[in-house]
Amino acid sequence: MVTKAQIAAEAERLFSYFQSAGAVPVDADILLPAETILDLYGEDIRARAYTALDPVRGEMMLRPDFTLPVVQAHMAGGADPARYCYRGEVFRKQDHLSDAARPSEYTQVGFELFDRANPEGADAEVFALIARALEGLPLRAVTGDIGILTAAVRGLSTTPARRAALMRHIWRPARFRALLDRFSARTPASPARAALLERLNAGDLPAQIAAAGPMIGLRSEGEIIARAQALLGDADAAPIPDAEAGLLSNLLALAAPAPQALAALHHFAGQMPSLAPAVARFAARLDALRARGVEVDTLPFEASLGRASMEYYDGFVFTFTGAAGLPPYASGGRYDALTAVLGAGRSIPAVGGVIRPHLVAQLRGAL
Amino acid sequence: MSGSIKIGVPSKGRLQEQTFDWFGARGLSMRPSGDAREYAGAVDGMDGVELVLLSAGEIPREIAAGRIHLGVTGSDLLREKLPDWQMQAQELALMGFGHADLIIAVPNVWIDVASIDDLDAACAGFRTAHGFRLRIATKYHRLVRDYLTAQGVADYQLVDSQGATEGTVKNGAAEAIADITSSGETLRANHLRVLEGALIHASQATLYASLRADWTGLEGARARLMEKLGL
Repeated sequence: MVTKAQIAAEAERLFSYFQSAGAVPVDADILLPAETILDLYGEDIRARAYTALDPVRGEMMLRPDFTLPVVQAHMAGGADPARYCYRGEVFRKQDHLSDAARPSEYTQVGFELFDRANPEGADAEVFALIARALEGLPLRAVTGDIGILTAAVRGLSTTPARRAALMRHIWRPARFRALLDRFSARTPASPARAALLERLNAGDLPAQIAAAGPMIGLRSEGEIIARAQALLGDADAAPIPDAEAGLLSNLLALAAPAPQALAALHHFAGQMPSLAPAVARFAARLDALRARGVEVDTLPFEASLGRASMEYYDGFVFTFTGAAGLPPYASGGRYDALTAVLGAGRSIPAVGGVIRPHLVAQLRGAL
Repeated sequence: MSGSIKIGVPSKGRLQEQTFDWFGARGLSMRPSGDAREYAGAVDGMDGVELVLLSAGEIPREIAAGRIHLGVTGSDLLREKLPDWQMQAQELALMGFGHADLIIAVPNVWIDVASIDDLDAACAGFRTAHGFRLRIATKYHRLVRDYLTAQGVADYQLVDSQGATEGTVKNGAAEAIADITSSGETLRANHLRVLEGALIHASQATLYASLRADWTGLEGARARLMEKLGL
């Protein structure tokens, strides 16, 4: 078993290493307002984060990760570009007995890069930095790119509402699949939906609402009518063509070493031109990784990586994994949209990654 | 270990009566002992079985702690209170009473919402329009969250309601509710309607065996009891 002192030594080593790479150390609060975290991650985070009730400040959470406080600190007045690093405890509730062996309190050491000039270069910088920190350890790096998935959804020949519905559920693979099957007419509308459409078609919407009873709750009559009209409009929408739905399925299943993945992506872009800019960014990132000495020819790419993790990643994503059943030793990715959400109108492209020193120390001790 | 099998049963009310009837029909007579207000009970018809009267809501915790060997409680309560309940308790018998469905209900005026798919879409629209997540009032946080996660519903929040949950929408504290309903009357009176196909859990009184309790030396008594109960 690894001791706290060994973990602290590994964390210190990683923290100094990030500082020597030009990162400015940042401190973050441990107690964070729950509402901001819930708004970002959704209600699911309650299964993973500890909440505490403060009589005055309301519901608080023990920080589940550093990204949120670091982005907030940066948006409140950071340099541009900026490199930050941090080292500290994060807290994760274990909601399953099968996970009871996992620590609910552990140290993370991380690096975040805010840079507008060269996003692919920034992706490569973060990945190469973390790869070098873990050099010599028997870990498997896997990369992905949520930006390719969003580009594919944007390229579908369908209504804006259907594209938006798919876009919203990229991080919920089962629901995404169900929506895609429905929108491409692979599965018929449910009986409940068919009956609903029949009722809505039957008559004047405001009259139906008036007959249904009093307005209660904050969802207004206008919202109800707008959604009812959207449903009626959607019923007439042409299905997503089979070729496009098939392409999207093949794209989601793509798993290959980076050069082969790039060739496949070029092929997909030939059929769906809207993919071209995202594929060009993928190619530029591979060049940038190569320039930083990363062995790109064997680097695994999995198109679905990052879909089941924290919802905020929207571009390049990566993990370094070891034995099956253990969480990743390191993980990270690009989260441009998050800075816009937290920046109150301002945003800055951002990419970062974290290492779990307790796992690294364990592995070093076992070697 | 004291040498007897401890059975936790509800300490009062209709649930207790029906539990006593259920065991009585199987030749195990249970009755409150001593003063009517004293929470103590006795079992006739078999040696080595001890009755423990507990609030139905506390029985899951006692099962998880292994302080009782067997327990009778609503399956909704047990599944809500115990994470990975199958690793802590074994379902021995669905007892056929105390039926209640955990459902989602929405305002009847939501003529555009009939299924869980529609609720998800309403959540998306609500967040865009109001800037915060659509509120669902419940006291069954684990069951409802697990269900909505499995269904891939996003942009909602659970607000805690420990009672009179049907009134929360009318009172402006929530847009929808997730609650136990045994009849639809209260829902209708509060202008709510059950969401079709969104049955989160069909609950009933259930006899559980604790997987955490110490059964050492009680194997014979357990076998005799199970035989008597026809299990």
